Amino acid sequence: MSAARPPSESLSVALLGSGGAGVLTAGALVTEIAARSGWYGFITRSVGPQIRGGEAAALVRLATRPVGCMDGAFDLLLAIDWNNADRFAAEIPLTPESIVVGDPKSGTPPDYVTQSGARFVEIPLAEIAKGLDGGRANMLAVGIVLGLAGIPGDRGAEAIRKQLSGKGEDIVTAGVATLEAGIAQTEAIADTPQLAAPPASSGERWLITGNEATGLGAVRGGIRFAAAYPITPATEVLEWLAPALTTVGGTLVQAEDELASINMAIGASFGGKPALTATSGPGLALMIEALGLATAAEVPIVVVDVMRGGPSTGIPTKSEQSDLNIAIYGCHGDAPHVVVAPLSVADCVFTTQWAVHLAEMLQGPVLVLSDQFLGQTKAIIDRPADLSFMTRRSVAAEIDAAKPYHRYATGEGGISAMALPGTPDGQYTADGLTHTPRGTPSSRGEDHVAQLDKRRDKIESHDYGAHWAEIDGDGDTVILCWGSLSSACLEAAAKLRAEGVAVRTIALRLLAPLNTARLGEALAGARRVLIVEQTHSGQFRRHLQGHVAFPGEVDVLARPGPLPITPGEIADYVQKWRS
Amino acid sequence: MSVTAEAPKRKASDYISDVKPVWCPGCGDYHVLLSLSRALAQMELEPENIAVVSGIGCSSRIPAYTNCYGFHGVHGRALPLAAGLKVARPELTVLVMSGDGDGFSIGGNHFLHACRRNVDLTYVVMDNRVYGLTKGQPSPTTEPDWDSALSPGGTGLRPFHPLVIALASGANFVARCFSGDVNGTARVLIEAIRHPGFSFVEILSPCVTFRPDEKQWKTLVHPAPVDPTDDPARAARRIMTDDGFNTGILYRGNRSPYRAPAASEPQDPGVLERKFVI
Ligand SMILES: Cc1ncc(C[n+]2csc(CCOP(=O)(O)OP(=O)(O)O)c2C)c(N)n1
Ligand code: SF4
Repeated sequence: MSAARPPSESLSVALLGSGGAGVLTAGALVTEIAARSGWYGFITRSVGPQIRGGEAAALVRLATRPVGCMDGAFDLLLAIDWNNADRFAAEIPLTPESIVVGDPKSGTPPDYVTQSGARFVEIPLAEIAKGLDGGRANMLAVGIVLGLAGIPGDRGAEAIRKQLSGKGEDIVTAGVATLEAGIAQTEAIADTPQLAAPPASSGERWLITGNEATGLGAVRGGIRFAAAYPITPATEVLEWLAPALTTVGGTLVQAEDELASINMAIGASFGGKPALTATSGPGLALMIEALGLATAAEVPIVVVDVMRGGPSTGIPTKSEQSDLNIAIYGCHGDAPHVVVAPLSVADCVFTTQWAVHLAEMLQGPVLVLSDQFLGQTKAIIDRPADLSFMTRRSVAAEIDAAKPYHRYATGEGGISAMALPGTPDGQYTADGLTHTPRGTPSSRGEDHVAQLDKRRDKIESHDYGAHWAEIDGDGDTVILCWGSLSSACLEAAAKLRAEGVAVRTIALRLLAPLNTARLGEALAGARRVLIVEQTHSGQFRRHLQGHVAFPGEVDVLARPGPLPITPGEIADYVQKWRS
Repeated sequence: MSVTAEAPKRKASDYISDVKPVWCPGCGDYHVLLSLSRALAQMELEPENIAVVSGIGCSSRIPAYTNCYGFHGVHGRALPLAAGLKVARPELTVLVMSGDGDGFSIGGNHFLHACRRNVDLTYVVMDNRVYGLTKGQPSPTTEPDWDSALSPGGTGLRPFHPLVIALASGANFVARCFSGDVNGTARVLIEAIRHPGFSFVEILSPCVTFRPDEKQWKTLVHPAPVDPTDDPARAARRIMTDDGFNTGILYRGNRSPYRAPAASEPQDPGVLERKFVI
């Protein structure tokens, strides 16, 4: 193996194959071995429309620092076979710098591969694997990727043991031997894209998906009840929570639909248990009426929306940010509620934990807008700190029997103490009808306005602290984004800085209520603001422009899914705009 | 009602709030409120340990008229809301009160699954065979030829049979009452609340405004001629062949109520993190 190129801080690898070829396992092993050897990175999967089997691609990015988005091109593509490989043409961009490894006996590469100008290396994977005791082509592929990238194979055994737990030591031994044979295959290949050395070890690191991280954040935040109706790509949040909640003394109930799941969560929370449900766009659409109920009746709940391509059934397995409108503006009536978005896989822990805190504090629904990319990406992260938010739900624990209890008392910033069932003399009826401070239905204008004011004031006067956004850099060119696109924008900014452009990135975590005062401060001195979002219609831009007067020129880079928006694309856009 | 020498600990009026009902004079729902308050008083339940959950409709206004904790939610979704509450707070007595439109039309799917799930709830439907609150449209239990502005000449649709559907879906207790029989209804409600699992009580409760013909119900209802059975097939056959005005407890099952999976000893959330560590 020789390394003529300078080692790279980041390396993108795609493993391709048809159902049963084991490319997803291979990708997971590459990630696991790199993780155990000190690198950062992540793996996402792309699969065909078949429910099980069918062609699949494991997309792995490895780096010397935490990374949270796809790069613009792949350095390595390894195909165990080329069946239906052309469907990945757009997802696996190649350049003449890329190296493609294929088995000459497993078909010919599709045109997009040959036309890319990438260097093609033939290795008879199936034949070599067959010659090894218990050898499998996908294990060989793992070794080849490690060899080409310069990742040592010495953590292979423990990684295989973890990934294939329960399969027995014979499998592990055969796996390790095959992996080493794969590394040996790369020794003769010159000029490969080597990964730079990993950083010196710095504390505990995790391998976790965004959906798991969301579940963990929920439990850390105090969620002890969840109601669930499965939907791609949110199901894993619920499947992770089911046993996890039982472990910590909570409960998950499978509901008959999303109308039921959100109402179950409201019922549990009315009873005092912090409650959550998770869904994706179609489910959120069904939950909207009850979201308004939780707002009007002032019941804390967390609703996680792991966004996918929409409208309607859309593209269930691909990411988009196009639920922003329904999340913020979907309710009928004036129904102010909090909407937050995690900025990375690691941040799913914090943002969900924060969402629980906000829901409990502000006594209403809080929406968490995650997305398919964050949810289903498994990333290597530093252990997220466990923050504890001190203030909890204001509960009326002891009630003076001599005075009528006013559940919806106005004043004091709009937050009124909530009596939980079982509390003597606290009986009231939670109601979606306009009500008096006592909760008695009313259609009087004064009562209506008083309660509308109360509910607006409590979320608008809350101090969201520094969590509302992450701000990086201080140039007069601003990249303004939210949620999952933050990683791509931060990386674009770093790239631009290296090219001599002073860039500031503002990544919003709090989408509603929009923190206009702090956003205004953060935008001070900006001459150009580029809004970046993964929607077709520019939902984020319209949301911002409804609230914020931008100091300089404004442009928007809005593109719908299914393809990710990459750092290179954002950086190029900024460069073109400037010139 | 049983008469004891000691003064009862609770009066029916302890369970009624000072909120004035919006119901029309003569509405059957007044009697349901009265029966409920008598049942709760006889059971000597503390009002603060009871939650009354409802959807939307004239009938669904009832929570605020009780002196219990209440939740007046959205149309058709009372059952899941109540299930969430009961699973989260099993020590509470949770009653769900709704109408035939709320429960069988917009909330029909939840009705099926609440019966199946068998959470320990008591579900009372005040069946007046009409949408009262929206001023007189046919509901799933309305006769096919009942004329209305929305469905002139009638819907032509076969009415829904809630009791049989409840049985087929797994309800653990099925009864029919008439609101005008306040004490009889109270007795059934006590049994329903005591019975473990999902208890379904249909109360024929006339809408005097949009269904004045239902004032005749008082002459048509009669106690069921036979004792309740624990055989759902037999109960279903009886209900399907009776005249629709048999009242009393019709079925008492012995399925064990829904139990959420529970850890023997709750652990610290920190244990969940271990499997993420590289
Ligand atoms: C989502 C929704 N759709 C429609 C309505 C209008 N609506 C209110 S009550 C009702 C029907 C109530 O009928 P029922 O449950 O039988 O109660 P009743 O008024 O007869 O007691 C309807 C259609 C609503 N409130 N919400
Ligand atoms: S409209 Fe009918 S159901 Fe509604 S309050 Fe009047 S009588 Fe009762």
